[in-house]
Amino acid sequence: MTPQLSIPHVSYLAILPELFMIAGALVLVLAASLLRRRPSATFNTAVAVVVSGGALVASVFLWYNVADHGSRTTMAGSIAVDGFSAFFLVLLSSAALLSALVADGYLRAERIRGPEYHVLAMLAVSGAMLMASATDLIAIFLGLEVLSIALYVLTGLDVRRGESREAAMKYFVLGAFSSAVFLYGIALVYGATGSTNLAEIAKFLTENALVSNGVLLAGTALVIVGFAFKIAAVPFHMWTPDVYQGAPTPVTAFMAAVAKAGGFAALLRVFYSSLFTLRADWQPIIWALAAASMVLGAIMAVVQRDVKRMLAYSSINHAGLILLGLEAATAKGMSGSLYYLFAYALLVIASFAVVNVVGGTKGNDLERYRGLASRQPVLAGAFALLLLAQAGVPFTAGFLAKFYVISAVIASGSYALAVVAMVSVVIAAFFYLRVVLVMFTPGTETAGVGAGAATASVGGGPSDVEGHGALTTESDMSGITAGRVEAAGAGAVAVLADGLGDSEPVGEDVVSVPIPTAFVIAASVGFTVFFGIIASPLVNFAHAATLLF
Amino acid sequence: MQGFPYLSVIVVAPVIAAVIVVLLPKSMTKWSGAFGLVVSLGVAGVAAAMAVAFSSGVAGYQMVSRHPWIQGLGISWDLGVDGISLFLVLLVALLFPIVFFGTGKKRAGDKGFVAWLLVLETACMGSFLSLDVMLFFLFFELTLVPIYFIIGGWGHEKRAYAAIKFFVYTFLGSAFLLVGILTVAVIHEHETGVLTFQLSALSHTHLSSTTGILLFLAFTAAFAVKAPLFPFHTWSPDAYSQAPIGGSVVLAAVMAKLGTYGIIRFDLNLFPRASVTMAPLLLTLGVIGIIYGAIVAASQKDLKRLVAYSSLAHLGFIVLGAFALTTQGLSGSVIEMLNHGIYTAALFLLIGMIYQRTKTWQIPRLRGLQKPAPVLAAVFTVVMLASIGLPGLNGFVGEFLVLVGTFATRRWWAVVAAIGVILSAVYMLWAYQRVFHGRPDVEGAKMREMSWRDGVMMAPLVALIVVLGIYPGPVLNRITPAVEKLVHHVKQVETTHVQAVHAAGVASSHVPQARVLHSPTGTGSHHRRSVGNGSRRPS
Repeated sequence: MTPQLSIPHVSYLAILPELFMIAGALVLVLAASLLRRRPSATFNTAVAVVVSGGALVASVFLWYNVADHGSRTTMAGSIAVDGFSAFFLVLLSSAALLSALVADGYLRAERIRGPEYHVLAMLAVSGAMLMASATDLIAIFLGLEVLSIALYVLTGLDVRRGESREAAMKYFVLGAFSSAVFLYGIALVYGATGSTNLAEIAKFLTENALVSNGVLLAGTALVIVGFAFKIAAVPFHMWTPDVYQGAPTPVTAFMAAVAKAGGFAALLRVFYSSLFTLRADWQPIIWALAAASMVLGAIMAVVQRDVKRMLAYSSINHAGLILLGLEAATAKGMSGSLYYLFAYALLVIASFAVVNVVGGTKGNDLERYRGLASRQPVLAGAFALLLLAQAGVPFTAGFLAKFYVISAVIASGSYALAVVAMVSVVIAAFFYLRVVLVMFTPGTETAGVGAGAATASVGGGPSDVEGHGALTTESDMSGITAGRVEAAGAGAVAVLADGLGDSEPVGEDVVSVPIPTAFVIAASVGFTVFFGIIASPLVNFAHAATLLF
Repeated sequence: MQGFPYLSVIVVAPVIAAVIVVLLPKSMTKWSGAFGLVVSLGVAGVAAAMAVAFSSGVAGYQMVSRHPWIQGLGISWDLGVDGISLFLVLLVALLFPIVFFGTGKKRAGDKGFVAWLLVLETACMGSFLSLDVMLFFLFFELTLVPIYFIIGGWGHEKRAYAAIKFFVYTFLGSAFLLVGILTVAVIHEHETGVLTFQLSALSHTHLSSTTGILLFLAFTAAFAVKAPLFPFHTWSPDAYSQAPIGGSVVLAAVMAKLGTYGIIRFDLNLFPRASVTMAPLLLTLGVIGIIYGAIVAASQKDLKRLVAYSSLAHLGFIVLGAFALTTQGLSGSVIEMLNHGIYTAALFLLIGMIYQRTKTWQIPRLRGLQKPAPVLAAVFTVVMLASIGLPGLNGFVGEFLVLVGTFATRRWWAVVAAIGVILSAVYMLWAYQRVFHGRPDVEGAKMREMSWRDGVMMAPLVALIVVLGIYPGPVLNRITPAVEKLVHHVKQVETTHVQAVHAAGVASSHVPQARVLHSPTGTGSHHRRSVGNGSRRPS
């Protein structure tokens, strides 16, 4: 008997954004290998941007298509065309577009001529897109692996730097482990329900009352663990700080936006559609994950001196807040999570874009940001706004995101979790504001020598007081003219810096912002302010995405 | 009321100006302070026109401007003014131009400082004018950011510590406020099916007594920290003393009122029954604040900290009057908010002038300032006497009304609070004696007389201190209708509650429970069920 392999009907329209991404990746690979002259960086970026833009247009088209014709599934019920998937396709293609622009500046600065960054990024986005529109656990797993494997390589892109290689290794080992756990969870759920299709599982669970559902619960728990790893929720967050810090900054931006969005998309879909009947069982777990992520993420971020690492911990805090929308287990909670993800993705890409240009290759110590406002007021102002929005300051999209998810958990009765969330927001505001304050505090004032601006700002934050002390004693002892005081002061500070070891001479250089990066930052700032004040369109978008689900 | 959108202009104009200031080219940066002054004067003009258009006999909100804003989340742009907020708005409108005018050349040329001050003006105005609780919260939160940067960026030696302490304290209070606001709105949504944050709608929410008290505490936590009220005051001496003078003025004169205003506007309106139940606690805290603030103020060696602690005492009076729940007491509170704003601002400005000349505000280092600066000393005397509550000056009116109003219902609290009036004379006069009397020493010798600029700054404040002290009638006429309405609102609920309890006793049924809402968790789970069905996949 020959097995019959029936090919299901494929609606190419439904997977158009994914196809765009994969096609773009193939074009770049082929161009690099077949053309006689290696394609220029401009060509690579242009292809990535055009392809992402095409995917964005296709996603918007899908959105209207769903609005007109209703939601449906294709490919034997494993891919959904609904508002939820269209929302994430829009989100992911915008994120892909912006991060390609951010990466452009980085690749030029590092003189990486090959197309590998864009190829891998586009493949990763296609994986995340698959996660967002898949309605079959196996398809979700496929998407997850495509996304993850591309990200492992991207993390190690900067092979010359040890940290980058270390981060890639760490991410790979832990990621592969979590994928296995996730797959095991899928197997258990399949064993308990007889299907990997989300709709089938939901149907099975509503029609059958399980006498003993131990296998199903174990499967659910393992699936949660797999997702929690991807979205970096405590206690599955261990990799996040090291990987975020070690990876090249544009990759970090990409990872924070795309991997998180993909992970959350699948998580929300699985738990809202097929496992919703089990919510009494998984809500407490999500409660604990959310609370732990919010609190630990915020507290650990406070003690960081490295801005990149601080943002890594803050992303854990954000993951906890987005989980609130799942914990609420209501339509409002879900649209809150969607809104939050959208706002967060754009904010985080732009924030890391700033970190990328300010930090460059010289490290991301907080001291590099001291006095940034006096050197580059526009850049510092934009970064301040992005950080304030992440902190949840009123009249920004960041505030409404927090407001949305917190009101959702309150509406569903989890008052304690709402209080925990607010406390974590307070702690988080503290470290965001610290960076802003450092940017707006010139290092020059402590030295008191007006003309010696450049030299005096060398001192640095924790050493400010001592630096000042050393400077005055020095000048008191010698009692010389202003110019020489300055020199002596600089010397004293330099000695001090050597003595402390960790505060290298930083701060006086003006960093250049490549035009694509500037565009990303400006777009994100504009988005944040616009949707903070005229909020209804985005709120309605997120809301409609759950209605069309 | 149709016509010129006074309130929206008052709220929005400063922040637009702030954006313009930020965008000023480098060559024009030195004019940013002047620009700020012009804008704040313009706002003051609009506010004055609004006050003229305000009809004094009306109790309700006037010039209401109500527009849907984020409909999906139930937030609306809802502004309105009544007798309680009118004078606070005028206070803000008056003080910001003075602060801009008094800002030194170096800071007036600092874009950041000017822009943050303008944002702060928007935030303060918005807080006092919002009739949508969520909109109020947005502005209330927004006040934190500019003042944090003003303290942290332009403050004195320990500015970073003070700024962060201030921020964390007040933000933590607001965290509870947000949860409280959302809870009220959710309960209201369960009752009526309408998600709204409008104060007028939410104030008719029926709350069980436990829920009411918990929510009352959540709201009061934020307001008590902001005011500050004993024992949540420990941030204030640091913040007041480390802030630059303009910052101290706004902090003590305006932002402190956000707390007491919040208590009067939101606690009493939303939770009338809980306010009655919890009144003894708040009254006690107020009285402790009065006595404790006065005693600690007496032991201060730092003029700014002294004013900070004296503020604690005066804010105790405001809370005392509010929770006396009588028309007189509440009117006294409201007018005391205005008066305290005026004389505290004047005190901080005078301390600023002393600091500008002697580079210190440590009392032991200052002596005999009266000799080199007699006019300044005279002005200081007037302001100080107003702060003590001398009859004929503005400080007297509010404290007197508060004490009379409190005595009617809460005799013993009033008696203890009256001691505070005497104590305030002790610490103020003693400080005056140490600073201004005697022979000038090193620091004193650096003292100079007030400049014309200082005179222009002080003149309106001193004039108001005298005028409001002699003739508070016009102010009280405008305050009283709104206050009467509020007291009526509280009393009404109180009496219906008593009747309900009575009826329950007679019929031995669950009548009080009928008014009590369904427990939030119960409705929550119901909500979950209904949504669960709705979000099933259609395939």
